Amino acid sequence: MWKSFKPYALIAPQSLVFALFLIFPLVMIGVVSFWQFNGYAMAPDFSLDNYLGIFTSLVTVKTYLNTFKFLALVWVVTLLVGYPVAYFLAFHVPRLQWQILLFLLCTIPFWTSNIIRMISWLPLLGREGLVNQVLMNSGLIHQPLEFLLYSDFAVVLGMVHLYIIFMIAPIFNSLMRIDRTLITAAADLGAGGAAIFREIVLPLSAPGMAIGSIFIVTLVMGEFVTVRLMGGGQAASVGKLIQTQIGSLQYPLAAANAVVLLGVTLLIVVSILRVLDIRKEL
Amino acid sequence: MAKRSLSFYVLLVFFGLFVLFLYGPMITIFILSLQGPDGTLTFPIRSFGLYWLGQVFREQRIGNFVEPFGRSLLLGLLVMAITLVASVLASMGFRQRFRGSGVIFYLTIASLIVPSILVSLGIGIVFQVMGWQTNWFSSGLGAHLTWTLPVAFLIMLGIFNRFDHAYEEAARDLGAGDLNTFWEIVFPLIGPGLLGVGLLTFTLSYDEFTRTSLVSGQDNTLPLEIFGMTTNVTSPALYALGTLTTLFSASLILLAYLTYLLVMKRQRT
Repeated sequence: MWKSFKPYALIAPQSLVFALFLIFPLVMIGVVSFWQFNGYAMAPDFSLDNYLGIFTSLVTVKTYLNTFKFLALVWVVTLLVGYPVAYFLAFHVPRLQWQILLFLLCTIPFWTSNIIRMISWLPLLGREGLVNQVLMNSGLIHQPLEFLLYSDFAVVLGMVHLYIIFMIAPIFNSLMRIDRTLITAAADLGAGGAAIFREIVLPLSAPGMAIGSIFIVTLVMGEFVTVRLMGGGQAASVGKLIQTQIGSLQYPLAAANAVVLLGVTLLIVVSILRVLDIRKEL
Repeated sequence: MAKRSLSFYVLLVFFGLFVLFLYGPMITIFILSLQGPDGTLTFPIRSFGLYWLGQVFREQRIGNFVEPFGRSLLLGLLVMAITLVASVLASMGFRQRFRGSGVIFYLTIASLIVPSILVSLGIGIVFQVMGWQTNWFSSGLGAHLTWTLPVAFLIMLGIFNRFDHAYEEAARDLGAGDLNTFWEIVFPLIGPGLLGVGLLTFTLSYDEFTRTSLVSGQDNTLPLEIFGMTTNVTSPALYALGTLTTLFSASLILLAYLTYLLVMKRQRT
């Protein structure tokens, strides 16, 4: 009796936390998204106005498109930069200790504060920042580059800086699992470096890329810190929109946006899972 | 691998540039926080000194830094304690098959990948609807747990996967009960691992921003306070504070890694 009941007792505290602070809040977001805001507070209701507002407002639709733009750019850059880094670690670093050590070197910044990591870019990218100073002094440019900070460029740079490890780690993991004898066999059969990469390494690392992409999607879609700090006033994202709406106490509207955001995010994640089966990686 | 090819050197340079990209900005503010009193927010540096590091601890220059730090410290310890207890229990539960384990596992993953702002908004709405006051030690604590618990749980699963069950079975055969087996056998073996997970959990909480942002109530945690400072503090004191708190969490991380490596080594032998 106790034996079959024991696991449930053991998982109870953790499940209770998730029930209270994850499931219940998400359900409440769904409920409140149908409520109304009367100017002071929210009032229970069943109205689709919040959703209608989202899909008919040009500003909101543009905000969503802008978020997708950030997502696409960050995804492409993290993949193109992250893959070679993971590949280098997995295939060119000779000893396991060195591989782990260099990998840890890459991960340390990701455990520290996101806010500080964003602030760190300010003295580099600002109008009088280091990059502009160096470029001006070397005579390459005569006017400071304005697009470096408080721009879409800065937002994408910041997000790549914050989140690229979430692409590198799963790719590194799947590259490390590739049976090295496969590569030796292919080489013995006369395959060149490019063919080995295309026929063996790339397909076998696809699940890693899929997991990394899922992380990037979920991180970027709700992002507002980087958009605030690096994007200046103009840059828009759904996360920032939600945060602004809460600032003016419009909880039902923010909730409706959150539901749409979650729906879109899940849709992208599911389509990634359709293309690639990641279950064997878990 | 075979002899060093051209691609090795190309990728080596690429990797070096990547590490520079990762650490460069942080090193920049470390350097800028070591300026004399005439320091500004950007280069060139006129004089070096510890002036701004000292300014961090004088409240009037940089707003209130000491109290948010105290709150973040306390919150981190609370989160750590709850996370450790809950994740150890849950991961021990997962060593036995039971109905619904799949649901619980995916719930954990979901907690990790649901966009953080939704967690914050959801908890904020719950407190609003219930008419409760949001506070760092209530709603903030819950928000942190949705982030630290899944991470700790997944690491604990890994630790228990490598765990040799023979010791426990031996203890049981000799007549030890569940509690005795845990305290006498399991706990000493996973102890160093717990220390690592605890440190990691503490830093995750200490640096958490997005999930706390909407539910911290009137009193800010340190990351929220720093976020607020970005708009009104225009002296290198901001960098100095950034440097100090980064060094603080980075050293905890290193400590966590070291203990984790230690426990892996110990379990292998």
